[in-house]
Amino acid sequence: MNKPLRRIALFCGLLVLTLLLRDNWLQYVKADGLKDDPKNRRVTIARYSTPRGDIIVDGNPITGSTETSTSGLNDLKYKRTYKNGAMWAPVTGYASQAFGANQLESIEDGILSGTDDRLFFRNTLDMITGKDKSGGDVVTTLNEAAQKAAWSGLTKQGGKGAVVALDPSTGKILALASYPSYDPSTFAGNSTSTDAKAWQKLQKKYDPNDPMLNRALRETYPPGSTFKVVTAAAALENNLYSSADTATDSPLPYIMKGTTTELKNEGNIPCKNATLREALRVSCNSVFGKIGADLGNAKMLAEAKKFGFDAEQFTPVRSSASVFSDNMNSSQTALSSIGQFNTAATPLQMAMVASAVANDGKLMKPYMVDKLQSSNVDTIAQTEPQELSQPLSSKNAQILQSMMETVVKDGTGKKAQIDGVTVGGKTGTAQHGVANSENPYAWFLSYAKLPDGSSPVAVAVVIEDSSANRDDISGGGLAAPIAKSVMEAVINSKK
Amino acid sequence: MSSSTNSPTHHTSTIGAIGAPSRRNTELALLLFAVVIPVFAYANVGLAINDKVPSGLLSYGLGLGLLAGVAHFVVRKFAPYADPLLLPLATLLNGLGLVVIWRLDQSKLLQSINQAGNAAPRQLLYTAMGIGLFAVVLIFLKDHRALQRYTYISMVGALVLLLLPLVPGLGANIYGAKIWISVGGFSIQPGEFAKIVLAIFFAGYLMVKRDALALASRRFMGLYLPRGRDLGPILVVWFISILILVFETDLGTSLLFFGMFIIMLYVATERTSWIVFGLLMSAAGAVGVASFEPHVQQRVQAWLNPMKEYTLSKTVPGHSAQSMEALWAFGSGGTLGTGLGQGHSDLIRFAANSDFILATFGEELGLAGIMAVLLIYGLIVERGVRTALAARDPFGKLLAVGLSGAMALQVFVVAGGVMGLIPLTGMTMPFVAYGGSSVIANWALIGILIRISDTARRPAPAPAPSPDAEMTQVVRPS
Repeated sequence: MNKPLRRIALFCGLLVLTLLLRDNWLQYVKADGLKDDPKNRRVTIARYSTPRGDIIVDGNPITGSTETSTSGLNDLKYKRTYKNGAMWAPVTGYASQAFGANQLESIEDGILSGTDDRLFFRNTLDMITGKDKSGGDVVTTLNEAAQKAAWSGLTKQGGKGAVVALDPSTGKILALASYPSYDPSTFAGNSTSTDAKAWQKLQKKYDPNDPMLNRALRETYPPGSTFKVVTAAAALENNLYSSADTATDSPLPYIMKGTTTELKNEGNIPCKNATLREALRVSCNSVFGKIGADLGNAKMLAEAKKFGFDAEQFTPVRSSASVFSDNMNSSQTALSSIGQFNTAATPLQMAMVASAVANDGKLMKPYMVDKLQSSNVDTIAQTEPQELSQPLSSKNAQILQSMMETVVKDGTGKKAQIDGVTVGGKTGTAQHGVANSENPYAWFLSYAKLPDGSSPVAVAVVIEDSSANRDDISGGGLAAPIAKSVMEAVINSKK
Repeated sequence: MSSSTNSPTHHTSTIGAIGAPSRRNTELALLLFAVVIPVFAYANVGLAINDKVPSGLLSYGLGLGLLAGVAHFVVRKFAPYADPLLLPLATLLNGLGLVVIWRLDQSKLLQSINQAGNAAPRQLLYTAMGIGLFAVVLIFLKDHRALQRYTYISMVGALVLLLLPLVPGLGANIYGAKIWISVGGFSIQPGEFAKIVLAIFFAGYLMVKRDALALASRRFMGLYLPRGRDLGPILVVWFISILILVFETDLGTSLLFFGMFIIMLYVATERTSWIVFGLLMSAAGAVGVASFEPHVQQRVQAWLNPMKEYTLSKTVPGHSAQSMEALWAFGSGGTLGTGLGQGHSDLIRFAANSDFILATFGEELGLAGIMAVLLIYGLIVERGVRTALAARDPFGKLLAVGLSGAMALQVFVVAGGVMGLIPLTGMTMPFVAYGGSSVIANWALIGILIRISDTARRPAPAPAPSPDAEMTQVVRPS
């Protein structure tokens, strides 16, 4: 009986060997994939097992972490908190135990939760010294005063809208507000009774105002007359006109080429052969429509692209791409050149237009993360300002600046004037809805220039769907005061 | 073979060493490790979870040490020539199992769903009962051949044990498998005891019938085919296994019994054809039953696609996230594990400390820990097969190989199931998993193996002195 016994011994050995091989497959070959599987609850537990790092504005955290009572089924220890959550939500996004994270909270999750490889040294040190693992901080470029001004302006106004303010010389995002907004603390936990309900209420299905939409980055609006700044830049750059003060070749009424339709102006304004300065001051559709048609689709598109149109921006939070179409005929190009037809822009895009003009033609890449720090404030990564393109020569930028300054000095943008500061701007009232049935969008974009010639801030404001009387809506009336208060906030905080 | 390690003068495999050292002191030294290692592990869990040495450390250490000491004393007294490794290996597994069960008792998640909390003290009680049964076996079973007398009683006993879970009012359906009976608040898995009783029956039956089964056969295509009437017993056992599978919906138990029978049949007859037959029959049976039994089908589906089963479990009742959770536990443990007390294997929830306890070993002790545990099982089986080789009587050989083969199959079926190698079945890891039936039955199993090995290694009785045999060939190394 011993021969079969030896074979059985071999067979039992094979069974154990098979198990050993399987275990090596599972715990060595496949281990990392299983360990980091997002559905593996351990990933979530680890993320919330230590206080999350903070998002910092002007040296003060706008986020926090609070210890929750872990008992039984609640295995997540720390919960995210937000200070003034609704105001900062377009910047922070949310980090929820139940619903995941988005925007900065998601993009910089590695740093905030402390799992990023760049924190490896720090974490190892903490492990040796017996300290708990702690997340790093994300220091933003935002300016608290500017954000507050933007938010209170939008809140007081009451309509849906957004504000973006940039530092023209660096591309730093100073304010990023969207209204209506949401407080991410309301659903930061994972309680089915409170957090899940709060989350559900915010969904577009239940709230037609879609408060979780980040209008500053993700919504595109027809820019209306504010786009005339881009058209004027194209005219100067392509040498169609070389000065702000020479008469343009602009008939009135202007019948668009290939059609019998007149491109009308708002009211009876002096647009016939007006200079560029005058045409921008009173916002002549006929003049800028014709410039667009004269330059043609390709040149207009090239200029728009230099300003950042047709591309997503990564701030690092992604913005939607603004649109200037290709393959348009002459009349479509004319309409597009006054910010109608297919043209659509995010508030960030129009702030970039204003900032490029203010920065003597250089467009800086917009960004909102200044640096990443470990928990003991060692800098891990620092964002350096980066030039994106040069849509205008310095000379042409100065010509366009003087035109925009005229708009504020004695044109449609008078409400943005600030004592002792030179302000350049452009209003816009974009049509909206089939046969213009809905309320138009009120736009205002502007920049401020200090007596020393530096330009600390460029702003774009858009207000949509205003419940105010249609006749009252104009960029100058609704949007300019908000832009003014944001610019003042930035200038005052510099002092 | 057993003698070769003990005595340089003997290299025969079946005849025990004459005057071999008893190795009881080796066993005692090994037992010391088998008690000290779990005690350190216990302290480790307490430090990891509560930042302090657990208050029960002393009583736990003393308890385990006392049990091991009693077992050792009984072996020293009643089975002095027994294999020195079996008792320490079983003690180590039992001790580590207790530590991990206690660790899972600390899980708030498992406490809140009533899956753990006071399992460890009960397991310690079961261990005491198991060691008690171990001692009873060694004290009262002076010679394993006595069991031969109960061959047919064993058959009836095994059948009764197997059928008990089907008795209305007594059987309990726990998580889809009807392998439990409920007596006075305690759940008992009669299958664990049936394993041993069946092995006794098979050994006794095959010892008597082995010649008929082995010799009366026809040769066909290189295989010795048994006569039709000799097929009877294997068909009966096969049929019973299928019945278990159908009515108790337990693939593991069914596979275990049939596999054990095939192993013993092969050893008894030395006919490879039986293995071929066995494999064909078990394949046919498993596929046949799986084609109409939804519970088995679901287990197979969960095995083939654990992720899908996991997703379904979130919305559809009756599906289980356990398989995927177990895989995540193993993966998260990686090579060295998270350390005792620092994993999240409690996410497995139901049966985390019984059927799925290996996942906690995997997560907290890592690949290294699991390999160590598997090798300990491998060693127990190896010592069992060695005992079979060393045994001098066919009944002892068959019984020893049947019991160790059953242990190997059970470890394979359970560990393979938890690690996703084969579909999950409703059995528990011997010694480490929480459950009274399993611990008590396996201690009895070790007791029988120790009894057989003691008989096998006991020095042959000195021949009666004969005046004209001055220079006999009996060599007795001093």
